[in-house]
Amino acid sequence: MTDSSKPTMPGVSRRAVLAGGAALTASLFAPKGLRAQDFPTAAVNTTGLAVTDDTVTIGILHSVTGTMAISETGSVQAEKLAIEQINAQGGILGRKIEYIQEDGASDWPTFAEKAKKLLVNDKVASVMGCWTSASRKAVLPVFEQYNGFLYYPTFYEGLEQSPNVIYTGQEATQQIIAGLDWVNQTKGAKTFYLLGSDYIWPRTSNKIARKHIENFMEGCEVVGEEYYPLGHTQFNSVINKIRLRKPDVIYAIVVGGSNVAFYKQLKAAGIDMTEEKPILLTISVTEDEIRGIGGENIEGAYACMKYFQSLENDNNLEFVKAFKEMWGDDMVIGDVTQAAYLGPWLWKAAVEKAGSFDVDKVREASPGIELTSAPEGYVKVHENHHLWSKTRVGRAKADGQYEVVYETADLVEPDPFPEGYQ
Amino acid sequence: MFAGYSMGELTAIFAMQGFAGLILFSVFVLMALGLAIIFGQMGVINMAHGEFMILGAYVTYLVSHVFADIMPALFSMYFFVAMALAFVAAGALGMFVEWAMICHLYKRPLDTLLATWGLSLILQQLYRSIFGAREVGVTIPDWMMGSLPLTDMIEVPINGIFVMVLAVGISIAIYVLMFRSGWGRQVRAINQNRVMADAVGINTAWTDRMTFGIGCGVAGVAGSAFTMIGSTGPTAGQQYIVDTFLVVVFGGAGSLLGTIASAFSISQAQSIMEFFLSGSMAKVLTLLVVVGILMLRPQGLFALKLRK
Amino acid sequence: MQTDRKNRFLTREEAVYFAILAAVVFLILPLALDPFRLNLFGKYLTYAFVAIGLVLCWGAGGILSLGQGVFFGLGGYCMAMFLKLEASTPENTAIQSTPGIPDFMDWNQITALPWWWEPFHSLFFSLLAVVVVPVVFAFIVGVAMFRRRVGGVYFAIITQAIAAILTILIIGQQGFTGGVNGITDLRTLNGWDIRTDEAKTALYFVNGALLFACLFAAQYVRRSKLGRLLIAMRDQEDRVRFSGYDVASFKIFVFCLGAAFAGIGGAMFTLQVGFMSPTLVGIVPSIEMVIFAAVGGRLSILGAVYGTLLVNWAKTTFSESFPELWLLGLGALFIAVVMTFPNGLAGLWSEQIMPRARKLFAGGTARPAPASPDTAAGLTQPRKAAAE
Repeated sequence: MTDSSKPTMPGVSRRAVLAGGAALTASLFAPKGLRAQDFPTAAVNTTGLAVTDDTVTIGILHSVTGTMAISETGSVQAEKLAIEQINAQGGILGRKIEYIQEDGASDWPTFAEKAKKLLVNDKVASVMGCWTSASRKAVLPVFEQYNGFLYYPTFYEGLEQSPNVIYTGQEATQQIIAGLDWVNQTKGAKTFYLLGSDYIWPRTSNKIARKHIENFMEGCEVVGEEYYPLGHTQFNSVINKIRLRKPDVIYAIVVGGSNVAFYKQLKAAGIDMTEEKPILLTISVTEDEIRGIGGENIEGAYACMKYFQSLENDNNLEFVKAFKEMWGDDMVIGDVTQAAYLGPWLWKAAVEKAGSFDVDKVREASPGIELTSAPEGYVKVHENHHLWSKTRVGRAKADGQYEVVYETADLVEPDPFPEGYQ
Repeated sequence: MFAGYSMGELTAIFAMQGFAGLILFSVFVLMALGLAIIFGQMGVINMAHGEFMILGAYVTYLVSHVFADIMPALFSMYFFVAMALAFVAAGALGMFVEWAMICHLYKRPLDTLLATWGLSLILQQLYRSIFGAREVGVTIPDWMMGSLPLTDMIEVPINGIFVMVLAVGISIAIYVLMFRSGWGRQVRAINQNRVMADAVGINTAWTDRMTFGIGCGVAGVAGSAFTMIGSTGPTAGQQYIVDTFLVVVFGGAGSLLGTIASAFSISQAQSIMEFFLSGSMAKVLTLLVVVGILMLRPQGLFALKLRK
Repeated sequence: MQTDRKNRFLTREEAVYFAILAAVVFLILPLALDPFRLNLFGKYLTYAFVAIGLVLCWGAGGILSLGQGVFFGLGGYCMAMFLKLEASTPENTAIQSTPGIPDFMDWNQITALPWWWEPFHSLFFSLLAVVVVPVVFAFIVGVAMFRRRVGGVYFAIITQAIAAILTILIIGQQGFTGGVNGITDLRTLNGWDIRTDEAKTALYFVNGALLFACLFAAQYVRRSKLGRLLIAMRDQEDRVRFSGYDVASFKIFVFCLGAAFAGIGGAMFTLQVGFMSPTLVGIVPSIEMVIFAAVGGRLSILGAVYGTLLVNWAKTTFSESFPELWLLGLGALFIAVVMTFPNGLAGLWSEQIMPRARKLFAGGTARPAPASPDTAAGLTQPRKAAAE
């Protein structure tokens, strides 16, 4: 009972890395593999982590069952891809990455339980995982208590900065402000209707959006703000309210199954997003979600985030190719999936910079880590454990992809505790 | 809230809001009819009701792909085929489940709740294994996704009208089945007195199987129709279960008319409150009112005059 | 003789079963498991509080509540509020715009502690609230429903709706409740760090002791006249009513008792897991708790404990080994329990294993099996369906 769980490794044995893709990627992701004998285990692992002479074990902690499995599947796939690519290049400090995958089952106590299992029983060197804010909040005390190290991929509400977490997605201000400014300056939008699912991320994001609209955007106003329970499927009443208020911008942060219902009903109600007004601006719909919504139902909407599958740089073309080779041609890649893909690479870079797997040393080495090979382009880890990244606006096309219509000139600084937005 | 709007605009909004309420009403009717048959007539608590609906949705998804690949010319019509197949598939699964599970549990109605909850877990996992954890996008024929402009300002979603017509059609069909057919007479007889029904020669086992099958089949059709307005994923069915049970119980189990009346009152209440309040609070208030009324009138709006 | 046995608090056989469970909880598990797994089993045992309450309400009383998660959650939230206030000292929360209030309030622009949070500064009040709040809530629901003779399936569905309402409320009022995230990052209980392994082990034993207190209370109720009336009500409610008993009051009492157990369980959950969230209040956990009781045996309070341990252990193990398939196994288990051994593990034990074991040991000259297995494994069997 005590050690009933030998690491199971679905994926690795089943799916051999396709040599071509791996080699191509290997050439992209410098530096070349290091040799294990140059880094004796006793020296690189002083805290009893699961590191042997030729392997290092990490954890993957996402929901593969329950309501969140819909969203988290992509993250798991991206993380496995990154791990395989790193292994194909010779691993980290000459050690192959092995992983133990645990199922959070969309249930926050289970997340906490599994996180503790990974850290205490399995002694994993780092964990790629979590998706919702609630799951992160549940595991956070566990990571801080047992000094684990978590790479968290989702764009989220901010207001957090843990020494034990690297946030590879954008925090709220990074994602929101650039998009609002853009829609105001290029589309002349003045009135906004804020709408969201009822939990902390949409509420906090809309709070920041409202402050920005009211305090920093001249002549702009919020004409409505509303929240619906998660899983709500009837939006005809709110659509009528939107019609009544005639906002320039519908700012929607609806998530999960509600998303599908919302956009289908919006379209059926005759609100045509391909026309000039109203503009629909969302921060919650990635390419992943569009698969469920149907491209024809969301065509013309704008999304503001840091990554779109359609980005045309070499890193991204390689990444998309490798992802499809590993998981199938019909896969789509959304913002969070890409952010999840960064996790193992950022960890690799930090470990190699530190020359050690010890969490304390990896943490110390993390700020300032740069990744020139990220699919989204260049990213850099900030002192506050978030990433510098560009923010982009994409317009949804009928085929389910976004056409990038705007990107910030510079990297946007992460600011999880934004002054003036509290 | 209404300052600064012209009379015409307000009329238009209220008209459209009225339609929104009617659409919600139709959705509730579709969700609840299948359950009303199973729960009301057989006393079985089918917690897998939502999963039967999702089965219908997945059938629709598959049919849409078959049409798109094999006979794209007829794509605009595939939905009717899909609904028929959804009925057959969900009904067949329902009959199988009745044969394998439910028929052993008629004496223990609360146990059907546990067994069907287990069934719902299994179905969810099967959907996940077969179709993947992600939601699937069901492409709806273009003619169903637009809106119909009645006047300059009043627009009505076509899929809403479609759902309304479907709800009315199925209600009438079930009414005819229950009250104008031999089968319906048998079902009602069994509901009133199973032993006597058996004694006078009604094949109760077969009638039960048919009843359960038809109830599940109606759920399948509802699921098929909901691909137009909602999501299709392994766990999407769970979203419907509370609302559905409340509608049936509020109407008074055993009374189809009651189910329709309760769907109407709950949907209107929710729709009106959603318009004047924020979404979450509207939902809480609606549920509270329903539960409050149920506490005062536990037998529901329309109860059969039957002593237990 | 028979009546004499019925009136005794524990028969000899039951005493053995209680002793075995005590040995499992206080000796075998702590010795066999490392602190991490022990803490897990501590968490499972908190669900057992609910399952015991369900055995009384459902197995004995025929009242199936699908909203026990509400009471579990209320107890847990009361505890969590106290712990959160203790964790939110002005020093710990200096980064906030209003130091000294829980972090999630600050995120929601609340600048002062709401008045109804104030009493939770007191440990005594909080511990009292852990029991009293669920009981008062159960009392209100119970009076409203049982006085109007709502029963069976209706009661189940209304309690389910109540669970849904409370979940939506907690999530919607996130400034006061922590919303979907729940109340997290709880650290100390009156200065005692509850996150260490030693504290967790100590809490495990406290939990075990409380569990046994509840077991004894439940056993007392079952053995009392009230227990027998409950069974009579389950089987022939009208006859009991016409005999002059106030059926509703008995039902309200046992429902409140179940709520009190659930509240204690919730508080212990908060202490051992370190947070409380609305996912433990809703419909899914409430139904799962019913299933724990069903697997263990709806007629047996000890069976409920074993059932809870078994299902949760299976859930954890399954999901560690086959994360993508565990729902199938779990679903099949529920169906199998309902279809083939409706009285759960306890029924299996008293109807199948014990008679055979007796036969084996008695060398073929077995005593006839007791007509109604009036052991720890079971009250009398339901004579007819629990609902109308």
